Amino acid sequence: MNKPQIKKGTIKRLLSYITKKYKKQFIAVFICIILSSIANVFGSLFLQTLIDDYITPLLGIENPVYTELLKAIGFMAMIYVVGIISTYLYNRIMAVISQGVLKDIRDEMFNKMEKLPIRYFDTHAHGDIMSHYTNDTDTLRQMLSQSLPHIIMSIMTIVVIFFGMLYMSPILTGFVIIFTILTVIITKTISSKSSKYFIGQQVSLGKVNGYIEEMLNGQKVIKVFTHEEKSIEEFKKLNNQLNKDMYSANKFINILMPIANNLGNLQYVLIAIIGTILTINGTIDLTIGVIISFLQLTRSFTQPINQVMNQLNSVIMALAGAGRIFEMLDEEPEKDEGYVTLVNVKKENDKLIETEERTGIWAWKHPHHDGSIEYVELKGHIELTNVDFGYEENKMVLHDISLYAKPGQKIAFVGATGAGKTTITNLINRFYDIEDGKIRYDGININKIKKADLRKSLGVVLQDTNLFTGTIKENIKYGKEEATDEEVIEAAKLANAHDFILRLPQGYDTMLSGNGSELSQGQRQLISIARVAINNPPVMILDEATSSIDTRTEKIVQDGMDKLMDGRTVFVIAHRLSTVRNSKAIMVLDHGRIIERGNHEELIAQKGQYYQLYTGAFELE
Amino acid sequence: MIKKLTKSIREYKKDAILTPIFVAVEVILEVIIPLLMANLIDDGVYNGDMNMVYKIGVELIICAILSLIFGMLSGISAAKASAGFSKNLREDLYKKVQEFSFYNIDKFSTSSLVTRLTTDISNVQMAFQMIIRIAVRSPLMLFSSLFFAISISPKLSLIFLILIPIIGLGLYLIVTHTHPIMEKIFKTYDKLNNVVEENVSAIRVVKSFVLEDEENKKFNKVSNTIYQDFSKAEKLLALNSPLMQFAIYLCILLISWFGAKLIVNTNMVEFTTGELMTMLTYSIQILSSLMMLSMILVIVTISKASAERIVEVLEEIPDIKNPKNPVKTVANGSIEFKNVGFSYIKDKKRESLKKINLKIKSGETIGIIGGTGSGKSSLVNLIPRLYDATEGAVLVGEINVKRYDLNSLRNEVACVLQKNVLFSGTISDNIRWGKEDATEEEIKRVCKIAQADEFICNFPDGYNTYIEEGGTNVSGGQKQRLCIARALLKHPKILILDDSTSAVDTKTDNLIRKSFASDIPETTKIIIAQRISSVQDCDKIVVMNNGTIDAIGTHEELLKNNTIYKEVYESQTKGSDTDE
Repeated sequence: MNKPQIKKGTIKRLLSYITKKYKKQFIAVFICIILSSIANVFGSLFLQTLIDDYITPLLGIENPVYTELLKAIGFMAMIYVVGIISTYLYNRIMAVISQGVLKDIRDEMFNKMEKLPIRYFDTHAHGDIMSHYTNDTDTLRQMLSQSLPHIIMSIMTIVVIFFGMLYMSPILTGFVIIFTILTVIITKTISSKSSKYFIGQQVSLGKVNGYIEEMLNGQKVIKVFTHEEKSIEEFKKLNNQLNKDMYSANKFINILMPIANNLGNLQYVLIAIIGTILTINGTIDLTIGVIISFLQLTRSFTQPINQVMNQLNSVIMALAGAGRIFEMLDEEPEKDEGYVTLVNVKKENDKLIETEERTGIWAWKHPHHDGSIEYVELKGHIELTNVDFGYEENKMVLHDISLYAKPGQKIAFVGATGAGKTTITNLINRFYDIEDGKIRYDGININKIKKADLRKSLGVVLQDTNLFTGTIKENIKYGKEEATDEEVIEAAKLANAHDFILRLPQGYDTMLSGNGSELSQGQRQLISIARVAINNPPVMILDEATSSIDTRTEKIVQDGMDKLMDGRTVFVIAHRLSTVRNSKAIMVLDHGRIIERGNHEELIAQKGQYYQLYTGAFELE
Repeated sequence: MIKKLTKSIREYKKDAILTPIFVAVEVILEVIIPLLMANLIDDGVYNGDMNMVYKIGVELIICAILSLIFGMLSGISAAKASAGFSKNLREDLYKKVQEFSFYNIDKFSTSSLVTRLTTDISNVQMAFQMIIRIAVRSPLMLFSSLFFAISISPKLSLIFLILIPIIGLGLYLIVTHTHPIMEKIFKTYDKLNNVVEENVSAIRVVKSFVLEDEENKKFNKVSNTIYQDFSKAEKLLALNSPLMQFAIYLCILLISWFGAKLIVNTNMVEFTTGELMTMLTYSIQILSSLMMLSMILVIVTISKASAERIVEVLEEIPDIKNPKNPVKTVANGSIEFKNVGFSYIKDKKRESLKKINLKIKSGETIGIIGGTGSGKSSLVNLIPRLYDATEGAVLVGEINVKRYDLNSLRNEVACVLQKNVLFSGTISDNIRWGKEDATEEEIKRVCKIAQADEFICNFPDGYNTYIEEGGTNVSGGQKQRLCIARALLKHPKILILDDSTSAVDTKTDNLIRKSFASDIPETTKIIIAQRISSVQDCDKIVVMNNGTIDAIGTHEELLKNNTIYKEVYESQTKGSDTDE
């Protein structure tokens, strides 16, 4: 965790979440807190009245009458009842407000996250993104449901008592203020020291937890290399440092309370002495009863101040967390200026007519500037012209890429890691936007196409198969929500996943947890292929989609896909050249440029890089 | 359970014991202070007696200073004890996990182990600090306040005796009712985190399928469950403060009423006004200690689940242990499987390997090929005893693997795992895993064999290039070659490559195997691969299918006699040139 830094406006913005939806409730909370603290202060003052007005007059009287006392107590009881009810109400309302605000923030955060461009995820550590939902929200919850009402309550009490004291004796109040400032300075020095160590503790804790995570993830490698002792040694080092930092941080926090408490005690004594001296000297005109009441008030005065000091730390942490959350909420979302949409059409006399029906024929609906609407049938013709691209400015990864894929053609990208194969596919579905050049889809510039529609028309299978928690069936249906069970099975058969799915104890209803660790990498790839196959998109991008599947199974899957892809466009990235050999065209990429292109035979004949790669495998024959 | 945990206190026992003692002194002083304050008013201020004010004032200041000192001491020793306890506990847990076999790790799953070592320990530590400080403080405060209260006025103290059980019951009911809701909330939180995590790591899939809205709905649903449950729990908890206020106010009123009557009736003999004030202070102290006790109850119950999860790990018995009188040297690199059956979940009905019989001579190169899930990895995992065979015996150097010292065996059997991991650190650091004291020449030599030297030297920092956690800054093929080099550094008698060159291009793959043949001819090499080209020049090739050995033979023999092998070969060589 970084050093807590609070940006200006964080508090205001946080409050706006409360006032936006819960204005009335929040006002009610405020009123209740005021009532509750008034009732509380009344309690401290009541005692003196009790003694002075109701007990002392009765002393020495035979057969004393208690009706007045009973009345006074009854009156006090009523005030207390109001106080208790107010306390209950503000706690209860605040519970609803704080949970509601948290839910709003959480939902907004997730909603926003889904809208962020891929770049955000590529440039931010996943752990950091996650911590917005865990740590940052957690500190916020603490603050909203605990610290905030506490602080309001304390401040209210301080104000009420302060005026009470001022009313009784301005001079003594002056002494209390001097003493309070002293207390605040002392506690502040200590807590600022502790917060320094706290940061240290967070850093070491992060290191230890990071180490634990890394080592446990590599635990099997540790076993294989009998590295247990070594890893324990390293762990001990980090753990001891954490112990040191944790000790220092907690030490200061722990001594804060006794210091604050006893400073309060000290103040009590001093005020008693000063008050008595001044009264006896006649410097101020106070009755003993007032001094006693005043003393009672000073005790109730220091307590809420300590409370505020105590809560301040957690407020700072929470505001820092809120700042980080807002930072994410302020991220620029993925822009979409596309206006060309994908619609269902039917053909009548060679003309495309838009329809609500699921005809299975799709078309791009292209509204022109002059108001006319053009329908272009979705075919899957992709063309890249002179495309340049860099993830960072001035650092181009792709240079002058031009290529086209006609409907039904299979185009392969071959080349070393980092040559730019995946980058090209990232551009086609607009995960990233090109720097220069043009990409056309069925003749339409993809910048004009609405992103959602563009992506719906592209089926993507990635090397990292991310499956979701849920049944296998649900995972396959991810590609097409309204799919029937038959369609699911059909798609699974096509991906050659049907057989192994049936062998699982619960078949298609087998629950996959986490990242589908119940299945082998190859099986997961088969499911992710089925997930795309069910949607039957006109263009498919297979990025190392079969890398973990054995070649025999891959062959079967490919046969199935070839059947499916009849008339569809496919982009393939693969390490295994056997996977790409039957492509219409193979692009050999090197450092972001296409250095060779042609079909397998042509490239072999060319005896260039492809030839070398290819023959590498068969040198031994 | 507690016993198991307290074992980790060890050298911090002194502080763990001193803390409650310091706390006790602090509490006693804190109980005396209000008594003195009452005296200050009764005997000093009330009578305008300056000497008395000074005298009691000094006493009070001394008490405050003492209370300050003991308060600080208890705070410091509590910090020391709890930080120390958590350190030891974390270390014990970590050491325990290091003893775990693959089976134990699989059983818990890595992510659950990580949670136990991080979050759970923090929870337990917090509870521990609470217990040694407040769990002593509150009851002590409660009883000593009660004691003094009774000594002042037994009659009025009856009020406490009636109120305490009622309040206690109320607090107990609130806690016991909120706890199950809280438990549920924590589970839902896991779900929420899961959705977020999946979306973060699978954002490309979500966006490709344009299912942002669906995911939003999914998230909102979980988020809403948390909202509802949490609101429910907090609404219950909202009863806490009013209940306390009710008790305190009721106390004040009752004491005022009966106290006033007592004062008037006995004419300040049995009970004085100063004592009335002290009684009220005690009533607040008594009730707030009750409140504290209920808080402890909450924290302890929350951390109970964490403590249980920690103890579960501590009590887990590693299923693979060193035998008594272990054999420390591995004679040679021969391997034999005798009627081996194996199941990951120790269930004979669901075996991943069935009746495996296989003999491998020392120095041979063996290729293993087979479909996804055919049992290739399971087979080789038995050789360095990463798992124990459920049936039959695995022999290395003619001796059952179960009789070897684990370290000796694993040092001689180097295994490059399928799911391999590099650690954060330089390339040299990573390779040194194979042999800590390896010289730079040795490292360079193994990297040359693994065909990694060239690309390493192309990095600006060469062998000092920093590898990010999980090895994300090198390509898949580079990572695999580094892992091979790391294993080679062990100079093993047996080297197992479990699909370890899948991301390496065929040419480099070929070079690696060539240098194996020339540089480490004595080492028995077992190569699991998908590519026929990776295994076709092996001395023997084992074809696996559904957990059994389908055939064993050379490339030529298998091409002639084995259908599976032939199909695999054809799928990789012929391709579908004719499709066009």
